[in-house]
Amino acid sequence: MKRSAEETNILSLSGVSKQFGELWANKDISLEISSGSIHAIVGENGAGKSTLTKMIYGLLTPTSGSISVRGQSVRFTSPRQAITAGIGMVHQHFMLIPDLTATENIVLGDEGSTLFAPLKKKEAARRIQSIAENHGLVIDPGALISELSVGEEQRVEILKLLYREAEILILDEPTAVLTPSETEQLFTTLKSLRKEGKTVILITHKLDEVLSVSDMVSVMRRGRIVATEPTGSVTKSDLAHLMVGRNVLLRVENPPEEPGEVVLKVSHAGFMDVKGRQRLNNLSFEVKAGEIYGIAGVEGNGQNELLTLLWGMAEPGCMISGSVTVNNIPLGDRNSAEVASIGVSLVPEDRLKHAVISDFPVDNNLIFGRHREKKFHRFAGFNAKAVMDYTNTMVDQYDIRYDMQSNPPLSNLSGGNQQKIVLAREIDRPGLKLLILAQPTRGVDIGAIEMIHKKIIEARDKGVAILLISAELDEIISLSSRIGCMYKGSIRHEFSMEEVRKGRSCAQDFEKEVGMFIT
Amino acid sequence: MQNRFFKLAAPLFAVVAALLVSALFIMTAGRDPWLIYQKMFSMTFGSDYGTGQIVFRTTSLILTGLAVAIPFKVKLFNIGGEGQVLAGAFAAAAVGILLPPQTPPLAAIAICSLSAMIAGSAVALLAGWLKVRFGVNEVISTIMLNFVVQAFAGYLLTWHLAVPSTVHTPEIIETAQIPMFDSIIGIWRKSPANLSTLFALAACLVTWIMVFKTIGGYEMRAAGLQPEAARYGGINANAHILRAMAAGGAMAGLASTNLVLGYKHFYEAGLTSGIGFIGIAVALLAYAHPLWIIASALLFGFLEYGGLTVNAYVPKDIFMMVQAVTILMVLVLTKTMRRA
Repeated sequence: MKRSAEETNILSLSGVSKQFGELWANKDISLEISSGSIHAIVGENGAGKSTLTKMIYGLLTPTSGSISVRGQSVRFTSPRQAITAGIGMVHQHFMLIPDLTATENIVLGDEGSTLFAPLKKKEAARRIQSIAENHGLVIDPGALISELSVGEEQRVEILKLLYREAEILILDEPTAVLTPSETEQLFTTLKSLRKEGKTVILITHKLDEVLSVSDMVSVMRRGRIVATEPTGSVTKSDLAHLMVGRNVLLRVENPPEEPGEVVLKVSHAGFMDVKGRQRLNNLSFEVKAGEIYGIAGVEGNGQNELLTLLWGMAEPGCMISGSVTVNNIPLGDRNSAEVASIGVSLVPEDRLKHAVISDFPVDNNLIFGRHREKKFHRFAGFNAKAVMDYTNTMVDQYDIRYDMQSNPPLSNLSGGNQQKIVLAREIDRPGLKLLILAQPTRGVDIGAIEMIHKKIIEARDKGVAILLISAELDEIISLSSRIGCMYKGSIRHEFSMEEVRKGRSCAQDFEKEVGMFIT
Repeated sequence: MQNRFFKLAAPLFAVVAALLVSALFIMTAGRDPWLIYQKMFSMTFGSDYGTGQIVFRTTSLILTGLAVAIPFKVKLFNIGGEGQVLAGAFAAAAVGILLPPQTPPLAAIAICSLSAMIAGSAVALLAGWLKVRFGVNEVISTIMLNFVVQAFAGYLLTWHLAVPSTVHTPEIIETAQIPMFDSIIGIWRKSPANLSTLFALAACLVTWIMVFKTIGGYEMRAAGLQPEAARYGGINANAHILRAMAAGGAMAGLASTNLVLGYKHFYEAGLTSGIGFIGIAVALLAYAHPLWIIASALLFGFLEYGGLTVNAYVPKDIFMMVQAVTILMVLVLTKTMRRA
């Protein structure tokens, strides 16, 4: 049975381009999305995925080209029009009001009554409940958003779209914040939506997900669509190649390590925050020189508190117990500068907020936190030549790409290049003994991930003890010597070197095994 | 590149626009704006005395501008310049009266200036301490301290220091007086322009070096831009808050040397006449850059004195309007520019 194109293609774009100043964020995009399918769009950061979805959702208007929905040409100038046309979007950062209930958030903007008429909350709640049950979106409609987990918040966002009877659902990086089991639950929901005839556009950079859930996949690179294929006919490495434009090592080479003395020793650490919640609970582990100790865990299981503790950033009022030593030196009440001075480096999770000054240029950021080192000084100021030489070396070694002529503020660089700057600075610290990495490749494109992983292994082989905290199990498994599974503030299970080495050869099963200990 | 051009163009455009707006008001006052502006120029930059007056006013405004600009680098808004100048002026006069008359000139000037800087600094530091210790918003505390300082100086003046039946103190010793340009090289005749101007220019240069060339300045700017990141980088943001407030207050205090040591030679009620507040505008127009402040202060010095010269034809308030409109225009322009 063959249907005409107008019937099967619910959304089609032809020759759509978007220009910002000199830059073409999207160039000549043509795309057909068929009704009742899950269509994945993949691409590196900055490839133009967000611009594309924003145009479909009416947040941006195309510079040229046309978009049509169900064969009708449309030109949205605001999301409201897109919503009316049956398009809904779940943003990467949720747009919910924490002090309202799930129901109130879902009906917001579509209350179905006039300004002064009573809100039909009961009726709405009933309808939400029935939609939720149909698609496995379990939530309590009366709960405040602030009481919900991230996974539940996402369900509320999806319900918001279904409540408005959206036919096309755009999900922007929906799994970035989910645990493995929540991700599976989400995919079940998406499949059930597809069965009902809804169309899902999935924006992601995780290739495994694309392969497991989508029907069609489009790859974007530098603002263009470079391929659109049925998912069944492509492999993970095909997609990676298309995204980056060259062959990439998806898994870094990891030669056997030779661990030495214990460098970091955390024993029976406890951490109670200002509000009296126990965040770390009898936490103990060791990291040896020349090994990478990976901490796997869902965010919010004490990783942040552990970092706070290690970096001397605990707020006054927190109750801390147990002991932390680096090379047998107790950290005690040392502040971050004092911790750094005994040869500890930290690559914090939130790069832009904690690791760099985004208005400063590259050279100023490469010395940030290390600006007290004598080698950079001349009288009361900086030695311009020393800083320049150091900058050039780092830029070379880490392949940091930016326009050196105009020396732009760091915020103009891509996420990958920003992270390379932070990593370069921290690995290069003189006398480095312990390197703490928190989500080192978050928001970093595939090409840069490859190089960052290589540099981490390199540092390990030079005898640096590395503590790796990451929510990406993939990353933990491919890099770590040993893995500690963190759950509710303590290490619930530890995989030995042999176990990890064996697990790495059949990563998918091992990922599930690790996953069991963190949920 | 575009950015840099705009940064220069916005203030210039704002000034021109403000002059045009005030031209409208001059017309409603029944005068020919062209003639008024002509007269203003010939009586200010066109005359030796007028130029001296502008230099004198510019000197104070450079320093009160710095008083706002330095704390601005750590994202603090020091509204207390007025109180800090006042504290400085009072201290300079009090010390200048009490010093033995045979104190050598350089020492006397140095002691009085230092006292002024310490007094201004102390007032600002109090606001900084309230911020660091209790989280009190510095805008509120500096405004409040303006009143405190004013009242306290008023009390001391009336009850202890004033020459009977006047509102000013006795004159400071002769050696503490900063010489006029007129008496040394014979320029800007009879105008109050004095060697304090050199202090002000030096202060700009020193501030520029401190902020942009030293390690402390690097830390301070980092702490101002991203306090959280600074903490991760081992920078003590609170120390920089205190340091910046202290330095700002010292600049305001130094401004008083121009008034007390260089011109009046005594302290009187109402001596500071709002220069602390105009300093806010000076700093804003210069994007708080220590060197641009010189140009910005010159403009405000010109408008201030220029307004007085044509006061007989149009109310000088029109030129206060020019100042205010200029600032509003700059703020609006930079905001719209950010959005674009």
